[in-house]
Amino acid sequence: MNIIEVENLTRRFDQLTAVDHITFQVKKGEIFGFLGPNGAGKSTAMRMLCTLLRPTEGSALVSGFDIVREANKVREHIGLVAEKLILYDELTAAENLALFGRLNNLSEKGIKSGIDKWLGRLRMEQWRNHRVGDFSTGMKQRINIARSLLHHPDVLILDEPTLGLDPQTTRAIHEFILELSREGITVLLTTHDMTEAESISHRIGIMDKARIVALDTTKKLKKLLSGGDTTRVDIEIINLSEAILSKVKELENVVSLIQEDTYRMRLQVAGSNTIGAIVNTITSAGGQIRAINTVEPNLEDVFLHLTGREMRDRTSENASAPAGHHRRRTNSRVR
Amino acid sequence: MLQNIKRTLRHGYRIGIKDLTVFSRSRMRLVSFIIMPIFMMVLMGYIFPSQNSLKNAPLGVVNMDQGPLGNQIVSALNQPIPGQNDKLFSLTYLTDEAEAIKRIKEGEINGAIIIPADFSGRITGNEQGTLTVITDQSNPQISMLLSGTLNGLMSEISARLGEEKIASLVPGIDNTQVVIKPFVIETRGVVPGEPNYFEFMAPGLMAMVIMTACMTGLAGSISRERELGTLDGILSAPISRLSIVVGKSFAQGVRGIIQAVITLLLAIGLFGVVIHGNVGLLALLLVLTVFSFIGIGIIISAISSEQETAMIIMTALTFPAIFLSGAFFPLQQMPAAMQWISRLNPLSYSVGALRKCIVLGTNISGMMTEIWVMVGFGVIFVAIAVPFFSKVINR
Ligand SMILES: Nc1ncnc2c1ncn2[C@@H]1O[C@H](COP(=O)(O)OP(=O)(O)O)[C@@H](O)[C@H]1O
Ligand SMILES: [Mg+2]
Repeated sequence: MNIIEVENLTRRFDQLTAVDHITFQVKKGEIFGFLGPNGAGKSTAMRMLCTLLRPTEGSALVSGFDIVREANKVREHIGLVAEKLILYDELTAAENLALFGRLNNLSEKGIKSGIDKWLGRLRMEQWRNHRVGDFSTGMKQRINIARSLLHHPDVLILDEPTLGLDPQTTRAIHEFILELSREGITVLLTTHDMTEAESISHRIGIMDKARIVALDTTKKLKKLLSGGDTTRVDIEIINLSEAILSKVKELENVVSLIQEDTYRMRLQVAGSNTIGAIVNTITSAGGQIRAINTVEPNLEDVFLHLTGREMRDRTSENASAPAGHHRRRTNSRVR
Repeated sequence: MLQNIKRTLRHGYRIGIKDLTVFSRSRMRLVSFIIMPIFMMVLMGYIFPSQNSLKNAPLGVVNMDQGPLGNQIVSALNQPIPGQNDKLFSLTYLTDEAEAIKRIKEGEINGAIIIPADFSGRITGNEQGTLTVITDQSNPQISMLLSGTLNGLMSEISARLGEEKIASLVPGIDNTQVVIKPFVIETRGVVPGEPNYFEFMAPGLMAMVIMTACMTGLAGSISRERELGTLDGILSAPISRLSIVVGKSFAQGVRGIIQAVITLLLAIGLFGVVIHGNVGLLALLLVLTVFSFIGIGIIISAISSEQETAMIIMTALTFPAIFLSGAFFPLQQMPAAMQWISRLNPLSYSVGALRKCIVLGTNISGMMTEIWVMVGFGVIFVAIAVPFFSKVINR
């Protein structure tokens, strides 16, 4: 069952088309991630689904309600964590939650139990009567998320929920989102952080220049790139020898192999369970492995492949990285 | 239906209370909120001297009277202020009205009093005499004090003369007016003297702070929430857009009225203003002032969500509104065209009604025009503003 159905949703601001005929569906309980660079149109798309912006063209149903004609029904069924915090610094955590609970027609009893429940789950219960203005960014975001959940929404819309947060809070929020999804809440999130998109989304829509350029599971998106599921593996062996190289080369799933320097070889492998076999082959040939790096193609590569551009604005975000080297390394050291 | 209205009002009330709570907890905003009327009052106090401080005001005298009464009046004007060395006026003797006008225009004197040639003759001949006071149009505050003081002084002299005449009453006098008031004063160019300039000004300031709260304050409050991002939270809640209008208006109205009351209390405490009218009526007038401006404020808030330049429109509106309301400068002094424009200004009616209530103690039946005009302005603008706001706020 699709809880969100979007068809040709379009939004123009004067000349600029911020969202251009996007079409997608989200299933109940799914975590759907929108990934794209700044200015791609992610927030504009989310704001239309939240009824905060009117579409120029196209339509969307959220929880079965039309975002234009039944805006207030949609509002009852969504929780929103926008780019900016929806909290008043001058009010306490509990006062903020109570205000939005009341605007969502919760009973006073419902508000009280909701505050207990969500502040508890987000580990903020001891801060309930403190002013939000005194909190750190991470604490504020936890309260903000509690606020978005207080009225039991079916769909949670999160626009860059971990932007500017510390790694611990980010991880906690990721785990929390996964929990919510398991409880049946549908999550629609945007991010320009591919790690975030990849680590929590069931499916990802890659957005660029107002359009969805690809939409699938991470795995399938990566297949777009290589045409199959090959993985690049770099192995560093203290006593690398010709014998080891030829033995590894003979293995069935090794597509290609090159010796990079005295200690390292680089191979392209197919299938997911090949690395164990390679390690066995090397050790039985007397090789001593110092490190294995599997260099997966990541969503950044997918984006590059699809658009011909890099997703990040390197000058601002990744000034120190060498050109053309935008890879996330999953580094697994052996002994 | 009724259910919906109740719900809308309840949500509006929650938003309003939230606004007031947030406001009352932001120290900086609270301080400026209280400082503003104090500052305005004190500033006015310095700019416009109170009547008591009037001394040695340069005044021209044209005494063309051949009889004794002209000299009596001149010596009364020359009296020192009781218990002080200073005189009220510093007199300059002039030959005719034309010279007086010339001197006023040159700024040498703040006004002139003209005693006509047959003044004594008319009064002793049982006819009413006329004194002419010429005031300086460019300096309405001084001239207002001047004419007020002169009026007081003259009616004293006039009354004394009247008593003398009654004492020497000759049978056959049929003009009782002449007996009671042997001469009248004709003032040109200003309203008859105000006993206390702050009484004149306090209602104007009160109406002004309410207008500012309803217009600048309302638009500011909405655009602040838009910038902070909290407006998205309110707009994405399943509430009527009307609730937002109601809540914001309620909060701004309360703030405006509190500020107006602070202004009034300061005027009473520091400047001896007395409320002559009914306090309940006064409260009603304050609420009506809020109502007459809130629609315009909502329209401007809605526009300012589209572009911040609407703040400039606001300033461009409030300044003329203040000057064309009679809040600080008497409307009677303005050219006819300006007086017409001021009739389209809701602030004029608010100021007028508040002044009647506070200064003159007029009861409600004496200000029905003002009340209906304010209600009318409110109804028309709110009726335009609410659908406009709902349309524009979700872009
Ligand atoms: N209210 C607006 N008025 C005009 N242009 C806008 C508005 N909101 C967004 N845009 C433009 O639309 C484009 C998409 O913006 P946005 O949806 O915020 O992108 P993202 O969230 O992916 O970074 C940008 O070029 C932005 O400047
Ligand atoms: Mg964005």
